Amino acid sequence: MAEALRPVVFLLSSRQNMARLSIITDCLSLKYVPAFTLLVFLGPLAAGLIGTILPAFGYFPALGSKDFSLLSWEHLIEHPALPEALYLTLLSGFIATALSLGLAIAFTAAWQGSPSFNRVRKLLAPILAIPHSALAIGFAFLLAPSGWLARLFSPGLTGWDTPPDIAIIHDPFAVSLILGLVIKETPYLLLMIIAASDQGQARQRLVLAQTLGYSPVAAWIKAVLPLIYRQIRLPIYAVLAFSLSVVDVALILGPTTPPTLPVLILRWFNDPDLSYRALASTAAAFQLVIVILSILAWYLLEQLVAQILCGWLSNGQRSFAEQTIRFFSRSFFQLLGSIFCGSLLVIVLWSFTRRWRYPDALPSEWSIQSWHSNLDTLLLSGCTTLITGIISALIAITLSVACLENEKRRGKTAGSGALWLLYLPLMVPQVSFLFGTQVIAIKLGIDGSWLALIWSHLLFVLPYVFLSLADPYRYQDERFVNIAHCLGASPWRAFWKIRLPLLLRPLLFALAIGFAVSVAQYLPTLFAGGGRFMTLTTEAVNLSASGNRRIISVYALLQGLFPLLVFSAAIGFSNFIFRHRRALSQP
Amino acid sequence: MTTNQRPGAVQIPEPLILQDLTLSLCSSGITKTLFKKFDLEIQPGEITTIMGPSGCGKSSLLSFISGTLAKDFNAVGRVCLGQRDITSSPPEQRHIGMLFQEDLLFPHLSVGENLGFGIPAAVRQKNQRKMLIEEALEEAGLSGYADQDPATLSGGQRARVAVMRTLLSRPSALLLDEPFSKLDSALRERFRTFIFEHARAHNLPTLLVTHDPEDARSAEGLILNMPFK
Repeated sequence: MAEALRPVVFLLSSRQNMARLSIITDCLSLKYVPAFTLLVFLGPLAAGLIGTILPAFGYFPALGSKDFSLLSWEHLIEHPALPEALYLTLLSGFIATALSLGLAIAFTAAWQGSPSFNRVRKLLAPILAIPHSALAIGFAFLLAPSGWLARLFSPGLTGWDTPPDIAIIHDPFAVSLILGLVIKETPYLLLMIIAASDQGQARQRLVLAQTLGYSPVAAWIKAVLPLIYRQIRLPIYAVLAFSLSVVDVALILGPTTPPTLPVLILRWFNDPDLSYRALASTAAAFQLVIVILSILAWYLLEQLVAQILCGWLSNGQRSFAEQTIRFFSRSFFQLLGSIFCGSLLVIVLWSFTRRWRYPDALPSEWSIQSWHSNLDTLLLSGCTTLITGIISALIAITLSVACLENEKRRGKTAGSGALWLLYLPLMVPQVSFLFGTQVIAIKLGIDGSWLALIWSHLLFVLPYVFLSLADPYRYQDERFVNIAHCLGASPWRAFWKIRLPLLLRPLLFALAIGFAVSVAQYLPTLFAGGGRFMTLTTEAVNLSASGNRRIISVYALLQGLFPLLVFSAAIGFSNFIFRHRRALSQP
Repeated sequence: MTTNQRPGAVQIPEPLILQDLTLSLCSSGITKTLFKKFDLEIQPGEITTIMGPSGCGKSSLLSFISGTLAKDFNAVGRVCLGQRDITSSPPEQRHIGMLFQEDLLFPHLSVGENLGFGIPAAVRQKNQRKMLIEEALEEAGLSGYADQDPATLSGGQRARVAVMRTLLSRPSALLLDEPFSKLDSALRERFRTFIFEHARAHNLPTLLVTHDPEDARSAEGLILNMPFK
């Protein structure tokens, strides 16, 4: 990474100064890194929003329309699919978020500190590393009427000789979409809750409440949750925004006639009839409004719940449905875990299947045909995935480290405002600004280039990488670096020889997270790639409508395997480097 | 006072002088003055002790002298080594050795590498660096420990390595921030003697901060009580 930071310094120092690239200029340039970083990911976001909102009001020079009007808004409101699509979007978004949050809270309250909780905790990173589209594909292959589960119990229990004609996947009530989202979002929120309880006084509060006679669940909910909720608020909003705006999972699992709003928008954007572009832009702007209003509604709900629970917190009741919460949270987690494992397993099975007749429980003939016949596209999309993921993660780490090092040297930590900015790309719906960024990329002549592709991924990789690095970086014992100074080491020597090596584990972990986030991106690749790039994710999602389970599974499996391998490599490498360093050998 | 100056130490010993020091802590708009107009001169080979309750600014004083004071402190005054004013020098150019309660051995480096980190880059030859490390290990009673993981050493051993690492960096003065308080009483006395002997042997002006009267007595130097009147 030594080399990686250089370009930043290079870019930011004026040419005249290049000759004397001293410590002083380095420090000065470091000062501009936060602003530069914000520009890198908020610039395209803002530009993209403008590029989407202007056409929504009739300003679309590329199509010869320069007069502002509300015409397309009228079209949107009168569109017959809108009410149902909007209803499904809100329904799936809110229920998925509430269910995930409730489960994560219940599970933590009931089981934190127990061996099973620690086991789940260790599995969170690999679970989160698997792209949601890969999981959704497995989910569909598991639960569809012609899926593995039906095959396992047919015809014995069900009496089905052919798959029944019922819509389990793509069901009109969005149940499978909600479940598909919950599988991914519960572990994410759980991770956020754990991270929040590791700092602050969560531990002491819990012990204190228990010594006052509160049973574990009540102690956690009454004494710890109010403290933690503040810290997981932004992640919850991000989950809500994501659930309301998700495209790939909704394409794979969601209702179809009509689909949810984001899918409908994408359909309009892709319509060969260009006049649909105005409608699509309008709907994209509308989607943004929906998300903002939903977050606001969630905030008001929080306030309401807080008001109602205020008295309950201090009513002295020492227990709270202990057994029920324990039982249900564990059952739900076991269910989610089973679906998760089943989804992965069924993908593996299908990718090596030659013949799997309904209702056989297992394939009757195996082969690597599906891998073999798709080798060329697999290699191509695999390489694109790998290159984009690694480069965007490396850039994100460089920028994050530069920002954090700047904080350290100036002795000031970025405030909560900066945190909101960081979460912006995760809360603004992708369909609402990616179209606009595409328009701008075309204007700049960079559409369909590696630059556009990696940059668009960076918008989403950077926040996650920064968030995962920020705590280890900020809480590193500053005295190690101070001691290095006192021993005569320059700031840069202390940085390279002491600071970064000590942070090797979190750095590699952040790299793996960044990579996993990049691999999962569907819409950014679609829009910024200009159709010229295909990744494992775009291939898997695009193929998911084809019905060829063997080929879809090959892509989905690789898509899930890539981030897992990078995670294992990151952990394995840190373990290897620190194999003779006991103080650093455990994460 | 002993004068058996070791070969390798090139600086002529000079006193550590603090002039007119005022230190205040500014956090969230409130400024709290820790001490005002403090003067002190420590001669080479002399150990001065500052005693006081926690939170009175003892550690901050040491941080200020070494140049590693956190940004939310406000300090006025001068720090000099003999004639040399080092108040605005960055810490790496001050050559002030510092020892803390924790040994702070770099956990990612071996014992030998930790010592090597202290040796100035001016000592170029590999053999010479290696020899210095070996000598230092021998002094600390740890011959043959160069390749060990610091985490496998006992508390007393680690503390001695930390001292040797600091001495190898050829400091012009030594600051001790309660370096004994984590050790048990038997170890404590031996380690105290170890540090004090080395500080005197190197002719270093030494400032010790502690809350243990026993530490202060055994330093056999000037004892100051904080908060300063």
